[in-house]
Amino acid sequence: MFSKPENAKMYWKELMKQCMDIGIGSLPIVLIISVFLGAVMTVQTAYQLVADFIPKTTIAVIVRDSMMLELSPTVISLVLAGVVGSKIASELGNMRISEQIDALEIMGINTRSYLIAPKIMASMLTVPLLISLSIFVALLGGRFTAQATGIMDVFTFDEGLRSGFNGFNVWVAMIKAIVFAYIFSSVPAYFGYNVRGGALEIGRSSTLAVVVSCILILLADYVVTLIMLNAG
Amino acid sequence: MITVKNLYKSFGEKTVLQDVSTEFEEGKCNLIIGSSGSGKTVFLKCLVGLFTPEQGEIFYDDLSFTTLTTPERKALRQDIGMLFQGSALFDSMTVEQNVKFPLDMFTKLSNAEKLKRVNETLDRVNLKDANHKFPSEISGGMMKRVALARAIVLNPKYLFCDEPNSGLDPQTSMVIDKLIKDITTEFNITTVINTHDMNSVMEIGDNILYMYQGHPEWRGSSNDIIFSDNEKLNKFIFASEFLQDAKEMRMIEARKNK
Repeated sequence: MFSKPENAKMYWKELMKQCMDIGIGSLPIVLIISVFLGAVMTVQTAYQLVADFIPKTTIAVIVRDSMMLELSPTVISLVLAGVVGSKIASELGNMRISEQIDALEIMGINTRSYLIAPKIMASMLTVPLLISLSIFVALLGGRFTAQATGIMDVFTFDEGLRSGFNGFNVWVAMIKAIVFAYIFSSVPAYFGYNVRGGALEIGRSSTLAVVVSCILILLADYVVTLIMLNAG
Repeated sequence: MITVKNLYKSFGEKTVLQDVSTEFEEGKCNLIIGSSGSGKTVFLKCLVGLFTPEQGEIFYDDLSFTTLTTPERKALRQDIGMLFQGSALFDSMTVEQNVKFPLDMFTKLSNAEKLKRVNETLDRVNLKDANHKFPSEISGGMMKRVALARAIVLNPKYLFCDEPNSGLDPQTSMVIDKLIKDITTEFNITTVINTHDMNSVMEIGDNILYMYQGHPEWRGSSNDIIFSDNEKLNKFIFASEFLQDAKEMRMIEARKNK
């Protein structure tokens, strides 16, 4: 897939375009989901931790670590597998069916390098940033909900966020983000690029790409968690 | 000139091309005709390298296309232009961006020079004031002209057209045919056209290759086709009564002129 570009400037332009599409394009849905994830997580944790001897700050600690270690990377990646993955598969599938990929091949362009590599690289670059933002926004959502529902005040929540913070968890979140981004960009790219037939097949390959990506993300989630948390 | 020697191509058990040998002349419109499933499209795709033949050789002038290394093939591809059946325009780009794309990718011209070249090429295919339109906003005939402009913007030595008239009305088909013919002569391009359109055969067919079940069945020009006694060819070309009448009229005219 990776070969010397015919024109590095054009490849760079394509990479930036994909970063905009995948990164900026996914921002609204990531922010909306993250706010609600943080809010719901705070309410549910407070509901389950009813014992008086458990300090309220523990709720914030649980919300923080859950968001960082599991919810933000996995839930957001599963959503992006649907949003970005189906877009990649249908875009490449449409280009294949309408002979646009053949047109590029005939011009002497390595279509795998030009069409697929920028999508994978853009995903691997922007998704860790999206996940970081998601964690931050989820904690803001949790903080606001804690205050608004009377679970605790924001100062207690902030105290909980600061207590026992382990920087290694950020690494876990980032590694997961990169691995999941690779999965939900490369799998749909494979299905889209190799589609044969007509419009019906584009739909089928797009659906299949999302399903396979989701399963692989969950599998990778288990493997990465097992390796990193045991190592950490 | 493109020379093909003993080309074979199969898909699984099915042999699509069998022992195809032919020559496509420079500065001429070389037509490949044949009924559906006769192997025309596979042959064209083998010629441009989208399919790899099992046996045989393809020469672009003195270069053996089948034995070229990847970088050599890439270099040769810049001398090749192709007009696809469905135009294959990049639908996320405007007309101008579509035509400019090969220049962006393969030349070091300044942006102003590229735009000048794009406008010259769009003028050449009689397309003005459409620069900023998207493919979805223009007609089928205009799409073909944009695709033709994109195919010739790098001044190719070889031009391939896969059913350039499909989906077009007879008048627009004639415009496209004339454009291809004029460009071929003007730039001395080796043009290979895969077509079903009998009007194209009669109007621009300098050299015609009739394919039957994956094998070249007949060769000649549009004049020869009138007098051909090849049964399979006659059945294919002059399928309707109207076309048979047209053939007879042409024969009478040709005899008068002699």
